[in-house]
Amino acid sequence: MNRKDPPATAGLWELFLSFAKVGVMTFGGGYAMLPILQREIVETKHWATDEDLANYFAIGQCTPGVIAVNTATFIGHKTRGIPGGIMATLGVVFPSVVIISLLAGVIRVFEDNPMVAKAFTGIRACVCVLILNAVCKLWKSAVKDRLTLGAFLLVLAVALFTDVSPVVLVAAILIFAVVYELTVGRRGGKEAR
Amino acid sequence: MLYLRLFWEFFKTGLFAVGGGLATLPFLSAMADQTGWFTQRELADMIAVSESTPGPIGVNSATYVGFTVGGLPGAVIATLGLITPSVIIILTIAILLRSFQNNRFVVTVFRFLRPASVALIASAGISVAKIAFLSGDSGSLLARLEPRALAIAAAVYVLSACIPKTKKLHPILWIALSAIAGILIF
Repeated sequence: MNRKDPPATAGLWELFLSFAKVGVMTFGGGYAMLPILQREIVETKHWATDEDLANYFAIGQCTPGVIAVNTATFIGHKTRGIPGGIMATLGVVFPSVVIISLLAGVIRVFEDNPMVAKAFTGIRACVCVLILNAVCKLWKSAVKDRLTLGAFLLVLAVALFTDVSPVVLVAAILIFAVVYELTVGRRGGKEAR
Repeated sequence: MLYLRLFWEFFKTGLFAVGGGLATLPFLSAMADQTGWFTQRELADMIAVSESTPGPIGVNSATYVGFTVGGLPGAVIATLGLITPSVIIILTIAILLRSFQNNRFVVTVFRFLRPASVALIASAGISVAKIAFLSGDSGSLLARLEPRALAIAAAVYVLSACIPKTKKLHPILWIALSAIAGILIF
């Protein structure tokens, strides 16, 4: 499944429009974007693989800035270099600028509306399931043996039951990986890959 | 001058807010105190709106603050300020990674970063699930479960992951239908 499709070439406007589409369909922050991104970028456009997405989200969570923006920059760069990174990023923020500017005047009505609150109760329930589906798809590209399963369970437990920041977690994983490669990896490296 | 300051304030936010979305909140709160552009109460409203409109929350709140301070140009400038540092940083990382993608350390680091990343996403999903499926603050977990939200989730799961025919439909469809279901049954 990996690397079967070579990264399809994308027009710069195509990148902008696809990411604008992702931006407008994202309700409730970066993680809610994942299922939409998977559909648009991995399954429809083949600009990145699930493995790429897991990589980008990992980096996006420990570098400055909004995760959605970081992921857009990565995928844009992968398909069309620096101009691609910039166009994808502008695309993902474009709907926010338009929608918020349009709504800013009338927003109080919108916000206190009980209908909107009810709609979002429904949306939240749905987004949980969509995130679960996305996690299941990413799982296959991320958890492949006992060691990676261990890493998954450990990070999940720490993230759920402590206040340790994702930055610290990712840094710890980084150090562990380097130490692992220096000790075990040198001997069994071939098969691990 | 206002626009320059607006750009700079959001540039700093984009540079230091690590972890996405609500990580920008403490910076916006400090901005309210330092600049007097908006009050803490207004900020709370802006966050609520940012959470209930499409788009990443961090971007939405920057746009909203920018619009409040300087109209449409303000909205554009604040958003550009917020994304400039991350675009520079990510492009640098992406270029470096491209040169080192076959390096054995890089390969191993990603081998372990991927499961960690999936775990972080799963844990974020669980936080959303707590808000979505539990109501009230007291009582046993079972008593706090919201059956109507669970029913929506079960329906979405069956349609989006089990039935081959509907599985292929776009996720936005399930979001739209859940919004309608929410309006009808809550």
